[in-house]
Amino acid sequence: MADITAEHAAVKPEPQSRARFSLAPFASYLQALPLAIVLGVFLLLPIATIVMVSFWDYDSIRIIPDFMLLNYEETLLSWVTWKTYLNTLKYTLIVWALTLFIGFWVAYFLAFHVRSVGMQMMLFLICTVPFLTSNIIRMISWIPFLGRNGLINSTLINMGVIDAPLEFLLFSDFAVVLAMVHLYTLFMVVPIFNTLMRIDRALIEAARDAGANAFQILTNVIIPLAKPGIAIGTIFVVTLTMGDFITVRFMSGGQSASVGLMIANQISVLQYPAAAANAVVLLGVVLLIVAGILRVVNIRKEL
Amino acid sequence: MTKKNETKGGVSRRSLLKGAAAVGGLAAGSGVITGFPTIWAQNPITLRQVGTGVSNINAIAEKCKADLGITLQMTALDSDAAAQRTVTQPDSYDIADVEYWICKKVFPAGTLQPMDVSKLKYFDKIVPLFINGKLTPESTIAQGTAPHTVGFVEGKDSKTFAKEPTNWMTMVPTIYNADTLGIRPDLVGRDITTWADIMDPAFKGKTSILNIPSIGIMDAAMIMEAMGNITYGDKGNMTKEELDKTIAFLIEAKKAGQFRAFWKSFDESVNLMSSGEVVIQSMWSPAVAAVRSKGIPCVYQPLKEGYRAWGGGLGLAKHLDGAQLDAAYEYINWYMSGWVGGYLNRQGYYSACLDTAKEYMSADEWGFWMEGKPAEKDIMSPEGKLMEKAGSVRDGGSYLQRLGGIACWNSVMDEDRYMVRKWNEFIAA
Repeated sequence: MADITAEHAAVKPEPQSRARFSLAPFASYLQALPLAIVLGVFLLLPIATIVMVSFWDYDSIRIIPDFMLLNYEETLLSWVTWKTYLNTLKYTLIVWALTLFIGFWVAYFLAFHVRSVGMQMMLFLICTVPFLTSNIIRMISWIPFLGRNGLINSTLINMGVIDAPLEFLLFSDFAVVLAMVHLYTLFMVVPIFNTLMRIDRALIEAARDAGANAFQILTNVIIPLAKPGIAIGTIFVVTLTMGDFITVRFMSGGQSASVGLMIANQISVLQYPAAAANAVVLLGVVLLIVAGILRVVNIRKEL
Repeated sequence: MTKKNETKGGVSRRSLLKGAAAVGGLAAGSGVITGFPTIWAQNPITLRQVGTGVSNINAIAEKCKADLGITLQMTALDSDAAAQRTVTQPDSYDIADVEYWICKKVFPAGTLQPMDVSKLKYFDKIVPLFINGKLTPESTIAQGTAPHTVGFVEGKDSKTFAKEPTNWMTMVPTIYNADTLGIRPDLVGRDITTWADIMDPAFKGKTSILNIPSIGIMDAAMIMEAMGNITYGDKGNMTKEELDKTIAFLIEAKKAGQFRAFWKSFDESVNLMSSGEVVIQSMWSPAVAAVRSKGIPCVYQPLKEGYRAWGGGLGLAKHLDGAQLDAAYEYINWYMSGWVGGYLNRQGYYSACLDTAKEYMSADEWGFWMEGKPAEKDIMSPEGKLMEKAGSVRDGGSYLQRLGGIACWNSVMDEDRYMVRKWNEFIAA
C-alpha cells in the first residue's frame, strides 16, 4: 500500500501527501484490525455474553434477564462443585505429569538420537498421523479394546494370566487417564521438540568438554533450555484437560464428573445461567493456572 | 423417554427440495412467472414440525405429501431443546410434536393454541387412556403426568388444564409406549421379575441406568419402591425429602460399585448391552430391537411393579390461522386416519387411534403387536427389516397387558430444579 501511494505521490503531489499524512499513523492499527475484529466477534463477545447470562435467572424452559448472584452461590457453595473441581484437577495433574514424561522423551529421542533431518521429520509426521482421525474416534476405539470381553481381557484370559476379566480397565479413572494421555501427548511433543531442535549443539559439546556426564548435561543444559517448550506444552495439556467433558463421559461411563461434564449436564437441562456461572468460574481457574505457568517460565524466548 | 435420536436431524433433503419447489410455486402464483398457475394450486402449503425424533419419520412426510399435497418439514431435537423451541421461538414452527410432560411445561406459556375437537374427525377413535386416563373402565390412573390431565383446556383462549374432557384439546395424542428394563437372558442366569433385581449384588458392576435426569429419577423411583425402601406419594412429583432419599440411595449403590456405567444416548445403551458390559439396564424399546438385530439375545423384561410410560402428541402453534390452520387440521385428521398408526404400531410403539390403524396392518401383525399372539410369519419392520421370527411372542404380551401395567408416566416435577441439582450430585459422587 505504501508503495502504491508513493508512486501516486510522484504524479500528483497534492492529494497524495494528504493521504500519507492520514494513513501512516494508523497503518499498524489497520493491520491489526482484521484479527481484532475476529477475536472481538468470536471470542470477546461470546465471553461477555456468558458473563452476562451468568447473572440471569431461569426456570425450566426460559432464561430471564436479571441481576442476581444465586447462580454463583449455588455453584460455589455446593460440595458437588468442589468435589468436581478436585476430581478435574486430579485428572489434570496426572495427565500433565504423564504427558510431560512421555512427551519429553519422545521429543528428546527425535531431537538428539535421530541423526538425519529427513528421518526426524518423517518420524515427527508419523507422530501426527493419528490426528488425521477425529478425537472422538481415537478415544472410543479404546472401549472395545479395554472392555470386559475386550481384546486385552480375552488375550490375558486365553494366555492364562488371569482368571476373571480385569474390570478396572474400562469405565474407570484408569481409562479416562489413559485416553487423555493418548489424546494429548502430542501437544507436549511438538513444542518440546521445537525447543530442543533450537538448542545449539555446541553447548552440549562444551558441557561434555567441561566434564559433565550425560545426566548433568540433561539437567543443567537441556532441561533449562527446553523450559519454554515445556511451558507451552503444559498450557495446551492443562487447558484441554480442564475443559474436557467427552473423554470423561465416555471413558468413565458417566461414573466420574469433570467440570466440563457438569456444564454440559446443565446445558442439556436448559439451565444456561447456571452453566454460564460455572463456565466463568472455570475460565477464571484456568487463567490463574496459565498465569502461574507464565510467571515461572518466560515463554517469549520461544516466540 | 426423552429422545430417540436414531432418526434424522434437521430438515431432510427431500423436504428441503420440496420447500424449494413450494417457493418456486409461490413465485409462479404471485405472477412473476406466468402461465403455470397450477403449480401454486397443487403445492400451496408447507407445515414445519419440530419434535423429539421418535415420530419424525421421513416416510410419514413422504406419505403426507402424496396423500394431501402438504409438504412437511421435520426438525428432530432432543426433548429439552424441543420444549425450549416450543416456548421461545413460537414462530419457527407450525406443529409441535412433543411429549405430554413437555406439554405440561410449555402449554401455560401460551405459544400453542388449543384444538377444536369438533374439527377432529377421529376424536371418538382416540383410546380412552388419553381422554379419561383409563385403559379400561376398571383400570386405575397411573402416577406422574398422565396425558389426560394435560390433554384439555377450559376454552379456546384458556391456558388452564381442564379436569374433564372439553371441546378444546391441547395436543392430539399420536404415539406412546411402556418402558421397562432390558436384560440379557443368556447372562443374567435367573428369572428377572422386579425392578429391584437391578440392585441384586449378583449383578454388581453389570448394571446401568440412564443419565437423563427427568427419566433416570423415575427409573430410580421404580427401583426404590420395588425394594421397599420408600413409598412415594407420587413418583412423578416427588417432595424434596423423597428426592434426597432417592439420590442418597443411588449414591450409596454407585459407591458400592453396583453400576458399570450410565448412558445418555440410545447408541450407548445398545453398545453396553451387546458388548456384555451390562446384563440388566434401563432401556428403550427400539434399543432392545437394535441389540436383537445383531443376533444377541435381549429381552424387554416385564416386571411386576409395572412400566414407566410416555406419550406424545401434536400441538398447533398459536400463529396458525386461515388456510394454514385448515391444512394443519387436515394433516392431523390424516395422521389419525390409520396409515401412520399402522406404521408406528409396526415399529413397536402404539398409535392413539387403534381402530383406524388396524385397517393398515395384516391380521398376523395385529395379532403379534397388539394381541400378544405368536407370529405366524416373520415380523418385518415398516422399513422391511426382519424384527421377529415366526413363532415369537412380543415381550410383555398384549396391548392391554402392557399398558394395563403402567405404574407411572414420564413427568415434570414441581421441584424440577432441585431434582437436577441432586442428580448432578449423584453423578459427581
